[in-house]
Amino acid sequence: MTVKIDKFPGVYLHESDFEQGRVLYNTWDPQAQYAWDAGIAIGRYLSELKQGHLVGVRCNQCRRTVVPPRAFCEWCFRPMDDWVNLPDTGTVNTFSLCYVTWDMQYLTEPQIPAVIDIDGTRPSVGIMHLLGDVDPKKVHIGMRVQAVWKPEEERTGSILDIRHFKPV
Amino acid sequence: MAMRKVAVVGAGMTRFVRRALETGKELSYEASKMALDYCDLTLDEVDCVVHGTAPDSFDGVHMKGEYLSDGSGAWRKPYTRCYVGGGTGVFAPIHGWYHVASGLFDICLVVCEEKMSSCQPHPQGAFLTIFDHTTERPLKPNLLWIFAMEMNRYMHTYGLKKEDIALVSVKNKRNAADHPCSLLGDANITLQDVLNSEVLAWPVQRLDVSPVTDGAVALVLAAEHVARRICDKPIWIEGVGWNLDTAYWTNRDLCYPRYVEKAARMAYEMAGITEPRKQIHIAEPYDPFDYKELHHLEGLMLFDRGKAPEATALGITQRNGDLPVCPSGGLLGVGNPIAAAGLMKVAELFWQLRGEAGARQVPGQPRRGVAQAWGDLMQVGTVAVLGV
Amino acid sequence: MAILNKPDKVHQAIAWHGDIPITNRYTAGVAGERFFREVKENGKFMGTRCPECDLIYVPATMFCERCFAELDEWVQVENQGQVVTYTILYWDLDDQPLAVPLVLALVQLDGSDGGLVHYLGETDPEDVYIGMEVEAVLKDPAEREGSILDIRHFRPIQV
Repeated sequence: MTVKIDKFPGVYLHESDFEQGRVLYNTWDPQAQYAWDAGIAIGRYLSELKQGHLVGVRCNQCRRTVVPPRAFCEWCFRPMDDWVNLPDTGTVNTFSLCYVTWDMQYLTEPQIPAVIDIDGTRPSVGIMHLLGDVDPKKVHIGMRVQAVWKPEEERTGSILDIRHFKPV
Repeated sequence: MAMRKVAVVGAGMTRFVRRALETGKELSYEASKMALDYCDLTLDEVDCVVHGTAPDSFDGVHMKGEYLSDGSGAWRKPYTRCYVGGGTGVFAPIHGWYHVASGLFDICLVVCEEKMSSCQPHPQGAFLTIFDHTTERPLKPNLLWIFAMEMNRYMHTYGLKKEDIALVSVKNKRNAADHPCSLLGDANITLQDVLNSEVLAWPVQRLDVSPVTDGAVALVLAAEHVARRICDKPIWIEGVGWNLDTAYWTNRDLCYPRYVEKAARMAYEMAGITEPRKQIHIAEPYDPFDYKELHHLEGLMLFDRGKAPEATALGITQRNGDLPVCPSGGLLGVGNPIAAAGLMKVAELFWQLRGEAGARQVPGQPRRGVAQAWGDLMQVGTVAVLGV
Repeated sequence: MAILNKPDKVHQAIAWHGDIPITNRYTAGVAGERFFREVKENGKFMGTRCPECDLIYVPATMFCERCFAELDEWVQVENQGQVVTYTILYWDLDDQPLAVPLVLALVQLDGSDGGLVHYLGETDPEDVYIGMEVEAVLKDPAEREGSILDIRHFRPIQV
């Protein structure tokens, strides 16, 4: 390149170029609103969450029990064999202390997303959720946690029916 | 399989900038035109065009491949767009490679473009959709979560400290100071600068992350009989590989990128590489985050698992080290216009292996390099081996 | 026993609602910057000419998509042209009936090889035909912002 080329294209703009009208632009809001079908497996997952249960699915051929549920085993490509009731306890596989929102607003108290390996899965697999009722400094990989459920009347059939996981 | 030899014979790129004046079409044109001019080809000599670009929502144009086609030189030509998320930048030349290797076309123009500044208030609004809409997005995740958690798992598994990882960011941003297109090159950055940068999602801090970027890169690929005629030193695509792990990311081993290993094994076998640590002279692994360079070096089997940080600390991966890694400056330094960033790595190998990388040139006349990108839901690996 | 084959009494069809929270901001670009400023500031339509292919692009482009030449020859084209094709809209984007039907047309500007998609105004939809001569009606200079909406609409040329 760079030996042969002395000038590269590409014009750098600053945010102030937009704010002060030095550059022409237009904006568009795509209003991208969706209703995603939950489907067979996740549909039942949500229904069970509403009742305060965490469920997974089992593949007898691959000898594994996994969560979130799926209708077919992506390893052997057969339908999953059965539903399995799982305990609402698990182990922190990994976590983060997050000080920013998705649109880069700052948070004074961190959110603590974690992958929680759910007891009773095999091989041990997890779901993503938040940790709560815990001092951020004390969170560690390997920590034992349990789901904190919303009261039954507030549950809507959503992953948010579990408020968060807290240390056991 | 009877496949034809395919060479890279030209490359071009725009500067990588935070916000470009140019439209996506114009960025694509600038890079494509430069690549064609490099090897003295005109558009009518191009047989087919391959475009690689990441989600439509970044540029805010649905059917983005079609939108970018005129700037990519695709007018009335066989044209396809390929897309494997962040892995696209190295997959696009693979896609172009099989167009030519198959015997279907002699000359293929490969273009990658991204204009992330179109996406307001922040491209994260589009990135969010990599999380499952029903089981994960209600938690209001941001993209950093997934990286922060993977990084934490990597650190935990191998007993690594932030300092061990931040050295990658220092190296790459310093390397990028020699790249004329770089957005974040900084010859004077120190380890303390990285460690003192603001915490976004611990363990990820501001300077552990590559920036939102606009830019485009293009390559010209040619079949052997054409390449030898039009190019004094064609750089051959010796091996390609790609591989995808499970879409259930929380069900996956987060400390080792097995999919990168599988992609690398495929590419090495094709290239006849049996001892990658001896036979590869330059590596351009995907480095959107500093820990990812380490992760990927291990997946590429260039270092033992958990040992890439030590090699970095010893200076082995410096531009004048035994295995220069990201001599371009990588995504951390040059910038990260997703698909274009991956193709920049392949372009860097082209320039390095031709001995034309100027201030960035790695010493010792390197003869073979590997470029790798990674993406989709953190589980696709795309690998290309290039050689003299 | 596979779960796909088992009727599921608990499950009822559920949809999860969400959105993709983004707004797009498009720069006019290198060529667009000049094209729209000419409309805004001078009320003129400018195209770029490719001497090799003998084409005048409107809206102006920075390159010729056919031969890949960079285009720097700017030429003024007419504020009027012909209806290449059109449609009459009776429903809006939200599938609501429009009180007054809208006429949308592709207008090829005289002196160019390109054209603009825009509304036709000051005409009865039933009087519109392909080949109709129309002219641009611009907003007052003070109202113009450097956008395609600086053109209010095209209207038939009164002979």
